[in-house]
Amino acid sequence: MAVVTVERKVLKKNEMVAGENRKIFGDKGIFTLNLLSSPGSGKTSLLEKTLESLSGRLNLAVVEGDVQTDNDAQRISAYDVPVVQIVTNGGCHLEAKLVQDALPNFNLDQLDFLIIENVGNLVCPANYDLGEHKKVVLISTTEGDDKPLKYPAMFRVADLMIINKIDLLQYVDFNLEKVIENARQINPNLEIISLSCRTGENLKEWISWLETQKIK
Amino acid sequence: MHEMSIAQSIVEIVEETMAGQNGNGKLKEVVVEIGELVAVVPDSLEFCYQALVQDTPYTDSKIRIEILPLTGNCTDCNKQFHVENFMFNCPYCDSVTIEILSGQNELNIKYLEIE
Repeated sequence: MAVVTVERKVLKKNEMVAGENRKIFGDKGIFTLNLLSSPGSGKTSLLEKTLESLSGRLNLAVVEGDVQTDNDAQRISAYDVPVVQIVTNGGCHLEAKLVQDALPNFNLDQLDFLIIENVGNLVCPANYDLGEHKKVVLISTTEGDDKPLKYPAMFRVADLMIINKIDLLQYVDFNLEKVIENARQINPNLEIISLSCRTGENLKEWISWLETQKIK
Repeated sequence: MHEMSIAQSIVEIVEETMAGQNGNGKLKEVVVEIGELVAVVPDSLEFCYQALVQDTPYTDSKIRIEILPLTGNCTDCNKQFHVENFMFNCPYCDSVTIEILSGQNELNIKYLEIE
């Protein structure tokens, strides 16, 4: 029996491509977000509200990741921003190469922000760096307030947690203080914003957070 | 369920490494280390690996998965500890300024055993 030392990262290839993406975003001064959540937390609704507020003022583009359909890209295209739909055909996460392949569709010199809406999933996307500047994880009040504890890897790597659907707080058993406590237990440095995409409550805080991230 | 794409990456690295052996030796085992916090299900990864190597020169090889415990060092009291129940604060002084030493993001092929 002989041992052949390998000592290689399994996801090295993805990390290399993510590094290339990061360099492109840096060189072009494009602040890039990876938007993550379970299915149905309101990623696309948050994007719609964001585009309503910012299009015309800032140059945004969107990459949509879904297992099937281009429904989300159609919703986004109503806001007159460049959007590319990636259909993963069953794949549960986006990889850096898929994002890189989408980039030629955009005029990168003109972009201020690129928002990547990942596939709705709190497990797999945590392992795949896309080259983004920050990861934003979304949770909604119709989910369990113990979600950060159930998916620690995702909440550990996130930079900002948005709690959506706070207009429904009075109808559900979701405890706002508890979810914040649970999330900070996993990630003490996590920034947190609670809002409602439906009523627009506190959307301003998210918009100004985003505006302060602008690079150029 | 991203274990299949991870298994594919593992098989690619195995193929590259075995190609460097110039046909000497038969692959017995691939040893992989995975951080405790990394969301990979060992049983699924094993299943995917076996499915991929079936009817290839590596069909009899096995994958061995070692889980790296999630450990931290407290930068306030300088003690080291295992992070229990994903409580990312120091169990000795309750500080939240800890650095993770292992178990957060490793997904590595350590070595191959051949005979």
